[in-house]
Amino acid sequence: MKPAPFEYCRADTLDEALDLVAEFGSDAAVLAGGMSLGPMLNMRLARPAAIVDVNSVADLSGIRLVGDAVETGALCRQADALDSALVGDDVPLLARALPFVGHFQTRNRGTLGGSVCHADPSAEIPLALATLGGDVVLRRKGGMRAVAAHDFFKGIFTSVREPDEIVTALRWPRSEPKTGHAFDEIAQRHGDFAIGAAAAVATVAPDGSLAAVSLGLGGIEDRPVLADLSGFVGAPATARTASEAAALAAGRVDPMVDPRASAAYRRQLVRVLGARVLERAFERAGARQC
Amino acid sequence: MLRIEPGARHRVTVTVNGRLYSGFAEARTLLSDFLRHELKLFGTHVGCEHGVCGACTVNIDGRAVRSCLLFAVQADGAEIGTVEGLATDGVLSPLQEAFRRRHALQCGFCTPGILISATQFLETNPDPTEDEVREMLSGHICRCTGYEGIVRAILDVAGDAS
Repeated sequence: MKPAPFEYCRADTLDEALDLVAEFGSDAAVLAGGMSLGPMLNMRLARPAAIVDVNSVADLSGIRLVGDAVETGALCRQADALDSALVGDDVPLLARALPFVGHFQTRNRGTLGGSVCHADPSAEIPLALATLGGDVVLRRKGGMRAVAAHDFFKGIFTSVREPDEIVTALRWPRSEPKTGHAFDEIAQRHGDFAIGAAAAVATVAPDGSLAAVSLGLGGIEDRPVLADLSGFVGAPATARTASEAAALAAGRVDPMVDPRASAAYRRQLVRVLGARVLERAFERAGARQC
Repeated sequence: MLRIEPGARHRVTVTVNGRLYSGFAEARTLLSDFLRHELKLFGTHVGCEHGVCGACTVNIDGRAVRSCLLFAVQADGAEIGTVEGLATDGVLSPLQEAFRRRHALQCGFCTPGILISATQFLETNPDPTEDEVREMLSGHICRCTGYEGIVRAILDVAGDAS
């Protein structure tokens, strides 16, 4: 399995990278960590005329605080995000999701932005970003836009990114006080793609009721989806509420069917994983009050 | 900016196990193939060629990564560590010695990648739990040993270091 021939273009600056994607348009593939693009090239599922390697673009690296958000450069390696105290303190949901992403060896090279661009419906990083209500920052020659993660993903391996755009950063809203986070998934093997994944964020008021609650689901539909749990705001942060909320979410999803799992199985995963992550998030939110 | 036309051969110079090597690679040449075919360093094995099996894992600039998911031209100028560099003057590294003692290999096809991964893993996490070792090992496929010996060997070395 070897890639078909392509022109290799290594950009040393963001401007060079933007010139290259403008020149090649949809004939180019942007190469970051290569943990998803590499296999697709090797298996010739992708045969781009040109590869635009952005690994030397210094502007795409780093993790920093920007206002109320933690901004991670698109090239931020998953291993570096996992080791980051800023991510651990201010974006705990990402820190909890990252151990599920591939393996130690692929996290060493794989990037946050690359995973988002790849838009695999079962991927953990897009799910965490969507659940938190984060943004994807895109640049093109002479232009820039930020797109809410919820609007960025359009389907399997499909996003709103235009061929002449490059994802430059992700913006993760900082965790609020008295807020708990949890992430879990079911896969055939650890590190494999999730059959179903669930991410929860919950804020618990001093009286023990839910001030805010979000449940994101990955691998269930063709993109990360958020369950509408607005009816549970004000409900007690208990295991029973978690179970009821997950059951409501399970009733509303439109699950994918593939050789690994039926729609009914995926719906059951939403019920089980949803309840599990919500309950853990409630506990963690409560623990912060003590 | 660097541009390499399809089919053109580009000079790639790398340091492997402390020694400078130079060779030619097409843009599409995988680093795993460059190491084996061009540099004649056959210690790095090639299994699945899509990043799953871990046989081709090498250390690049301090990190264990898949050499089948990197192009040789991307590694130009890099410091690469392969299994050939683990022993010193014919003396096995403590991890290699533990693999032998614990029967952590049979056919040995997966072993070079596992040794490279485990070596970097222990550098960053010198006293891991068994669960952490198994999580790291989830990035490698071994079809012979059943992993028990591999886990024991890595924990042996971790114990010695702590």
